[in-house]
Amino acid sequence: MNDKIKDNTFTINFGPQHPAAHGVLRLVLELDGEIVDRVDPHIGLLHRGTEKLIEHKTYTQAIPYFDRLDYVAPMNQEHAFSLAVESLLKIDVPRRGQTIRVLYSEIGRLLSHLLNITTQAMDVGALTPPLWGFEEREKLMCFYERASGSRMHAAYFRPGGVHQDLPDDLIDDIDAFVDSHPAVISDIENLLTDNRIFKQRNVDIGFISQEDAQLFGFSGVMIRGTGLPWDLRRSQPYEIYSELEFEIPIGKNSDCYDRYLLRVEEMKQSLKIMKQCIQILRKETGPVSSQNNKLFPPKRAEMKASMEALIHHFKLYTEGYHVPKGEVYRAVEAPKGEFGVYLVSDDSNKPYRCKIRAPGFAHLQAMDYMCKGHMLADVSAILGSLDIVFGEVDR
Amino acid sequence: MDNLLINYLVPLLIIALKSVFLITALLITIAFLLLADRKIWAAVQMRRGPNVVGAFGLLQSFADLLKFVLKEVIIPYNADKVVFLLAPFVTTVFAISAWAVIPFDAGLVLADINIGILYILAISSLGVYGIIMGGWASNSKYPFLGALRSAAQMVSYEVSIGFVIITVILLSGSLNLSDIVYAQAGNYGFLNWYFIPLFPMFVVFFISALAETNRPPFDLPEAESELVAGFMVEYSSTPYLMFMLGEYISIVLMCAFGTILFLGGWLPIFPFLDFIPGFVWFVLKVCFMFFLFAMVKAIVPRYRYDQLMRLGWKVFLPLSLLMVALTATYVVFI
Repeated sequence: MNDKIKDNTFTINFGPQHPAAHGVLRLVLELDGEIVDRVDPHIGLLHRGTEKLIEHKTYTQAIPYFDRLDYVAPMNQEHAFSLAVESLLKIDVPRRGQTIRVLYSEIGRLLSHLLNITTQAMDVGALTPPLWGFEEREKLMCFYERASGSRMHAAYFRPGGVHQDLPDDLIDDIDAFVDSHPAVISDIENLLTDNRIFKQRNVDIGFISQEDAQLFGFSGVMIRGTGLPWDLRRSQPYEIYSELEFEIPIGKNSDCYDRYLLRVEEMKQSLKIMKQCIQILRKETGPVSSQNNKLFPPKRAEMKASMEALIHHFKLYTEGYHVPKGEVYRAVEAPKGEFGVYLVSDDSNKPYRCKIRAPGFAHLQAMDYMCKGHMLADVSAILGSLDIVFGEVDR
Repeated sequence: MDNLLINYLVPLLIIALKSVFLITALLITIAFLLLADRKIWAAVQMRRGPNVVGAFGLLQSFADLLKFVLKEVIIPYNADKVVFLLAPFVTTVFAISAWAVIPFDAGLVLADINIGILYILAISSLGVYGIIMGGWASNSKYPFLGALRSAAQMVSYEVSIGFVIITVILLSGSLNLSDIVYAQAGNYGFLNWYFIPLFPMFVVFFISALAETNRPPFDLPEAESELVAGFMVEYSSTPYLMFMLGEYISIVLMCAFGTILFLGGWLPIFPFLDFIPGFVWFVLKVCFMFFLFAMVKAIVPRYRYDQLMRLGWKVFLPLSLLMVALTATYVVFI
């Protein structure tokens, strides 16, 4: 035993019941006074074995598991899985279906960013923005509900398209929301963006250099904050993103404040995308999903009259469809970063392997790097700017 | 024997009765101010706030009181029991006792002593002991950090509050709170109050009062997102209630103190409005100050520990020192 080990540090447990732990994160912090010496994130408290469960479910039954990963923006996860299955099946989604997907992906982005910028504010002590943000999230969740029947766990994006078409009045209501939302964003910005205390708490906190961010596998706002214009919607466009007009905001200083600004700007860009989608949806009246009834269930009305349709429905909801042998990695630009699904199929009705790449996991591993030398209060500020949701980190 | 009775016991009884009356009135006022705090906060956040118990939730604070009192007191396993239970009482008792010298109206004051200001300074400085004792006795890490922070914080801001008070004393020429109010009387109503000549000091006082009472943006000792609830983490039931109560009493005390120093105490806004009792003016002004406190809580984020220290020592201290020098120059030469 070495009795001379110098131990001036003070170890505290930050979480899992801590109000700023964003769910069930446990950080073991070593503090030297108020200065953070070491951060050791302990994860896995929300591990549900999603990947393994998916291996035992048909492709359709796997979709709801994706809602439960990043439960702040559920449809964006379904999107990655649907794209992966579609690549294996080599099918295309009709244009209206693609547009609806883009529209709802951007709603998901708003949902996520609204929650994140306001809770980031809460993590530095401002308690009012979250309440304002939640009111808007409520409206967005109603749009989820009106499209899919569920506020959170939508299971709306299916391989081959989306489950149901949108009613016309829903599109009008989303349009009205897009017009009214900027006022709320500017209200929240008034409270935070130029606030001296908010700036003092966030500027130059949680810096990470571009190279290190790349080494840690950062994506989304976290990598764009370092000044790298990396956005999958631009760099490898999927759906109709290539024909939409929007900008990719990038940061300068790679600190918490930049990430906040980026998220606010991305919300504005999302509204722009939603507006364009609404215009397309008003003109484009086609099917919303693949017409191949071996893969996508027929309309209920058809089932009343057609024996063939009834058989298809029965087969799809019992055995499911078979996916030809192959492997594929498809990723989408989820609100939190690159959300990817690596799928291995073996010609059966269940995935052989489904590996999920969650952006939050990569971001969380940099906690020690980003927090070292900062003060205890900055840990929660940095954690807030990472945009962690434990559903996807622990899976 | 008769002498003893008349000279000592009767006055003692009267003082005791007055004190009981003051404390009761104070606690009832606090109950409603607490509700007001929550309602203002809720309004900013576009919520309704408490509205179930009684009309408009007016009885919410009493329901909370009942709930706190009826809950089990949990004392952590390794805590120092005596100190742990003593701490909340220390905080509350000191907070209440400071009210002895606050004049509510001309002559309406429990103890009209000539060193009222010194008394308040001394008593409110002692309040920090409750927090340190609570944080230390809990024998837990978060309360310990919270207690350390609050000790540092309260000491730093006391310094600037002290200088702010000196400027007021220089102008009024008295340490007696009633005399300070009289010194602000004049023909121009609110234009005579000290918040106009000493406006920077009024701001410094307000911000220091926020820091002194651990209100946002200076609620570091109990910073929710870092220290969970700071020194109060291990407290439950009545001891927790006592801490809360002590905190709110000192907040209202600071409001009253600010009213006396800068807003003319019980004086009416315009001299011709003096048919309204001074007590009403005093309460209105205290409520105004409290409203400012509540709004600040709803709007601002929280400072970091080092930023708070920097603000206290590098901004407020030099500023208040400068103002003391300027005021002294004015008093002596002009």
